[in-house]
Amino acid sequence: MLVNRKLILAHFWLAFAVFGIALTLGAWQMFIRSPIGTWLSNPELYYRSLTAHGTVMGYVFPTLVAMGFGYAISESALEQRLIGVRWAWTGFWLIVIGSVMAVIPIALGRASVLYTFYPPLIGNLFYYLGVVLVVVGSWIWVALMSINLRVWRKAHPGAAVPLAMFANVAGSYLWAWTAVGAALELLLQIIPVAAGLKNTIDAGLARVFFSWTLHAIVYFWLMPTYIAYYTIVPRAIGGRVYSDTMARISFILFLVVAMPIGMHHTFADPQVGAGFKFIHSAFTALVALPTLLTVFTICASVEIAARLRGGRGLFGWIGALPWDNPMMLALAFSFIMLGFGGAGGLINMSYQLDASIHNTQWITGHFHLIFGGAIVIMYFAIAYDLWPHLTGRELIDIRLIRTQLWLWFIGMIVTTFPWHWVGILGMPRRMAYFDFGDPAIAPQALSVTFSAIGGFVLLASGIMFIVILARGMRAPQIDAGAYRFALAVHQPTTVPVALNTHALWVALMIALTITNYGYPILNLATTAGTSVPAVYVGAQ
Amino acid sequence: MSTRDLFTFSNRHFTIGVGITAAILVVTAIAGFVVLPFAQPWVRFANVWDAICSAAGVAQRAANVTTPDQPKRLSEVVLTSRTLSRPSQEAIGRGATLAQRCAICHGPTGISRADSPNLAGQYAAVIYKELHDFRSGARANAVMSPFAVNLTDEEIADLSNYYAYLPRLPAYHPTPQLPKPNIVIYGAPMRGIAPCGSCHGSLDNKTGSPWLEGQSEAYMKAQLQAFASSERRNDISQQMRNIARAMTSQEIEAAAAYYASQPPDIVKAVD
Repeated sequence: MLVNRKLILAHFWLAFAVFGIALTLGAWQMFIRSPIGTWLSNPELYYRSLTAHGTVMGYVFPTLVAMGFGYAISESALEQRLIGVRWAWTGFWLIVIGSVMAVIPIALGRASVLYTFYPPLIGNLFYYLGVVLVVVGSWIWVALMSINLRVWRKAHPGAAVPLAMFANVAGSYLWAWTAVGAALELLLQIIPVAAGLKNTIDAGLARVFFSWTLHAIVYFWLMPTYIAYYTIVPRAIGGRVYSDTMARISFILFLVVAMPIGMHHTFADPQVGAGFKFIHSAFTALVALPTLLTVFTICASVEIAARLRGGRGLFGWIGALPWDNPMMLALAFSFIMLGFGGAGGLINMSYQLDASIHNTQWITGHFHLIFGGAIVIMYFAIAYDLWPHLTGRELIDIRLIRTQLWLWFIGMIVTTFPWHWVGILGMPRRMAYFDFGDPAIAPQALSVTFSAIGGFVLLASGIMFIVILARGMRAPQIDAGAYRFALAVHQPTTVPVALNTHALWVALMIALTITNYGYPILNLATTAGTSVPAVYVGAQ
Repeated sequence: MSTRDLFTFSNRHFTIGVGITAAILVVTAIAGFVVLPFAQPWVRFANVWDAICSAAGVAQRAANVTTPDQPKRLSEVVLTSRTLSRPSQEAIGRGATLAQRCAICHGPTGISRADSPNLAGQYAAVIYKELHDFRSGARANAVMSPFAVNLTDEEIADLSNYYAYLPRLPAYHPTPQLPKPNIVIYGAPMRGIAPCGSCHGSLDNKTGSPWLEGQSEAYMKAQLQAFASSERRNDISQQMRNIARAMTSQEIEAAAAYYASQPPDIVKAVD
């Protein structure tokens, strides 16, 4: 029951439009610092572009996808009209205004601080206020998801919350809490300096606040992808979810262990105690658990589909899968990229192994493979699956869709594998320029060239994606029917209250945040003499 | 079971969920705060509490650290947003009177005929800092130091504002413009040298860095050599010394010749 289609379409279109712009900037960045591009002679332009790319891809694009998909889930899984449509539009417009407000100072070269803010670098105040508006807009969505579920519960006392909605609300709570870290950093540290009320900043404390957000935000980006794994893919390929309980456990595990792990981003930071780094490292290892549970459950669900289609044997069933179905293709690509990216992630979270790749291009390769690869390819799949239900028109060009997914997969592998490699060779990240004529780094030139070519393959795939969706707006009309989610092998009739509500797991998430972040934040906030002069971007 | 019964130990999920989480936390905390600190043979702790405090990141006073001797004075200039803001016409006029005594080397219009720096239109912060450094002894020069030693804070500010106010005129002996050498636009990343242009103009300008267009080639070369040999040391945190030491003599010559050949009117307007 998708009633507010315009609202959902607006979120998706805005998300994909800004994605297109940021993708173009990304390809240009790959080109300009590779041996095939001619150096611009102005590093500032590179950092300007990098800030825009990161801000859009990190804050605006995935948030809009999660919001649009969230509204769609709320209406179709709960079979209930969205409550608070006006508020939803308010949230949408806040994001539009915030994005414009943030992008103008970036374009003027007044906020080239990268999306991770990097204090003591301080950019124009309006950049930060724009980011705050985007976050506030998304918090409206968090509240709406919670309210819609509450209303549904009242109408269906004791009933099992549909898996898609259970996961969606878990994702929204995760976002609400993880964004608090960056919000504290902005409100307490950066904005007073950017507004001219202070001219020193505690960069170490600011970095700790940001690490609170920086890792869990990835799991917020991941949520729509995991929801698609569990609730769209099995239905789309004619299978069933192997275990509804396993799915719920995965989502609550994300809620509990995604938060108290961010300090593995500060392994090289002297202001954080080694004991806390170890605890965060151990909890990061635990995040592998929900992912491994998911990989197992989804492989089992896919096997069910294959055996229903006549697949036989220990591995023979794999051939019986519907490989021409874009959803199957997207899932397979996503899993391959998740596998490689996850393996790289285990290296990043290990204190000693991290030392060899910290702040190198390995890291850039890693998060592009996970986010740009495993996660975003499922965003495409979600859009393809939802589009006929949103537009009432058919997506005819299945072949083009398959080509687009293939190109994205190939492009991402060609981009990120050489990136990892040059990282191992020691190439630093966040550099606008490399002198490949120098014998010390000349051997890396070939890898970087491949990587840049991969960037253009991604750009081509991104353009195809937008073209497919745009053509879908003008295709012949069809009746797509009601939007449905995958059924489990054993559909839940009653679910234990702990797996049907979020309270216990949200409480654990907050408790672990306090144990793992409380003392380091308190310690840094009360230690005198830790502030440094701010460095103003673009100041003379 | 209602939500009220969720947070009780009779609820299996609550007990298991909280129990496992707490157990993991306790085990990792013991490992991180007690076991691992003592596993480092090169660090000694007085007792367990000392090890826990160290692992928690409590700031501790480092024992037996002696500050290295500073045989010469360092630059102590502090520039706030108010130091040189909006000079009055009187202040610039006072600066003009004071500048009479500078004219013999720096020229009556702020353009030198004697391989001294051209000061016309130089950033106020730059002149302010150098005069302070000459006065305090952080920078020494047989000719300049005696001029600076008796200046008051106000006189230094007035002089800075006066020279910043003057129009940027072409050098006394303009030479044909040279193309940008690599050291100016690329630096030398593998030797840790940022492009000259990223602070001194051509690409970007950073507070406290002078623009160099049209300055004397001999002067710039001499200053780079003085930085390289640590004869000159009023650069904060050795910014210029680290760069000049890593530069080759060809790069020093190329950078000096390039900037000397540029007309000063291409300097980005900042005021």
